[in-house]
Amino acid sequence: MSIDLKTIKHISKLSRISVDEKKAEKLAGDLNSIFDFIEKLNELKTDNVEPLTSVAETTLKLRSDEVKSKNLRDQVIKNSPKENEDYFVVPKVIE
Amino acid sequence: MSEVIKQSLSELVENIKSKKLSSSEVTKAFVERSEKSKELNAYITEDYANALNKAKKFDEKPNLDLKLPGIPMAVKDLFCTKDLRTTAGSKILNNFVPTYESTVTQNIWNEGAILMGKLNCDEFAMGSSNETSFFGNVQNPIDKNLVPGGSSGGSSSAVAAQLTPITIGTDTGGSIRQPSSFTGTVGLKPTYGSCSRYGIVAFASSLDQAGPMAQNVKDCALLQEVISTYDEKDSTSIDFKRNEYSKELTKDIKGKKIGIPKEYRVDGMPKEIEDLWKKGIEYAKDCGAEIIDISLPHTNYALPTYYIVAPAEASSNLARYDGVKYGFRAEGENLIDMYEKTRSEGFGAEVQRRIMIGTYVLSSGYYDAYYLKAQKVRKLIKNDFDDAYNKVDAILTPSTPSSAFKIGEKTNDPVSMYLNDIFTVPVNLAGLPGISIPAGHDAKGYPLGLQIIGKAFDEQNILNIAYAMEEKINFKNNITDWWIK
Repeated sequence: MSIDLKTIKHISKLSRISVDEKKAEKLAGDLNSIFDFIEKLNELKTDNVEPLTSVAETTLKLRSDEVKSKNLRDQVIKNSPKENEDYFVVPKVIE
Repeated sequence: MSEVIKQSLSELVENIKSKKLSSSEVTKAFVERSEKSKELNAYITEDYANALNKAKKFDEKPNLDLKLPGIPMAVKDLFCTKDLRTTAGSKILNNFVPTYESTVTQNIWNEGAILMGKLNCDEFAMGSSNETSFFGNVQNPIDKNLVPGGSSGGSSSAVAAQLTPITIGTDTGGSIRQPSSFTGTVGLKPTYGSCSRYGIVAFASSLDQAGPMAQNVKDCALLQEVISTYDEKDSTSIDFKRNEYSKELTKDIKGKKIGIPKEYRVDGMPKEIEDLWKKGIEYAKDCGAEIIDISLPHTNYALPTYYIVAPAEASSNLARYDGVKYGFRAEGENLIDMYEKTRSEGFGAEVQRRIMIGTYVLSSGYYDAYYLKAQKVRKLIKNDFDDAYNKVDAILTPSTPSSAFKIGEKTNDPVSMYLNDIFTVPVNLAGLPGISIPAGHDAKGYPLGLQIIGKAFDEQNILNIAYAMEEKINFKNNITDWWIK
């Protein structure tokens, strides 16, 4: 398998990471060597194996549905790079 | 009484409890040592003035019933600390000041310990050499320009150089055990679900675990006892009966069955590692353990599995860094442009690489071929351990396939960097506890570690084995203080 520049551009769009030509070429090289290494898994037949989604073999605990922390507005907004009163500010979305 | 910074955690606790030392004396000694050791670059954020104040307050009204009375401690900068900057080694969190405390660090302060500062680490814990940190390389106190391992490289360097009596790291694929091995210190990765993940900057949520990094096994057991608690704020925290690990620690491991997995004899493994392992087997026998050959047939598939599962989870976890809610923001022409520039300028190369791998293996058309396949192989790897534990109580392996390497030696070859974790990654995939203890030196005089892997929730057993073997090994770290002028 080979990851070409078109695929890199596609993944970069999905990842929301901008990538210029030079970076795309470097990434294609790195990702191809990593995927060559990953391809080893194809040696194994796994048709009848159940996927492992969690090593913690417990069911989620139930708890009563009550609010434990509230009035966190100031804390939530404290680290925002840009805010206005109680709102996060982002570039204009609707023209 | 020996010099303060040379004392182990257990000795310091004892001396504070018996009033031979005050918290201020101890804190001052470690702060001074840390200040003289800037060249190691072990700290990202120092909090010395506050630490000295807290020590003074502790001494005014000492509570000597606590487990860590007035003990100063620096922690990995992946743990959120209320009102103290937490960066995860990344530019994107350069100005992030948490408004809450991680459960693990809160447990430590509840027992009387005092925060000294935040320790360097690979960016978002992604790395094996601490070279991916936005805040620069960390020096291994063993030798100049030697990596301290990673991702908990600031932690391993700080413990080995005695800048902090003990510390905590996190381990997703070896990030506690490998740096411990590279610096001649002891590091425990607990069972998945043992220590709460609440307030730890997330990397790969099904693998991440916090654990102690110490100068010796007894100290390690004491800190594990403090940090391991059930926490309803972490939905994967497990409610099981936890031991008082340090009190129940024993060197009596007579009759314990220890497995030696033949698949860990990998191609190209240096003879020194092979010899160390043989020596380890002899030590275990001397302690009265019974050695049994076992097989973990899917060992070779662990790293490829890890490099699908971990990046997939990371790409999902790191989607939160969008320049809106917290962290660094780059200006853009529109919202999408702002996201893309923020993430491109805010994340380093290794983190971007892993986000891209993760995004790819989860993307439409590739999910079954990669992610689902990896989850199935992960099951096979876990089954290997389950089968082995029908025959043995613990497993003994080398911690790493080599000793520490030079800064810059592996930065251009991601796959050779990933191979560092070949012996540690299977343990994370299976959710098991593993401990690395220093066991010898290579020809260059660099430390080498042995790993003891246990059954899930059986931390006490591997701590006991490590405690017994530690006495036989009688390892001495050779640190010359070369960085102090």
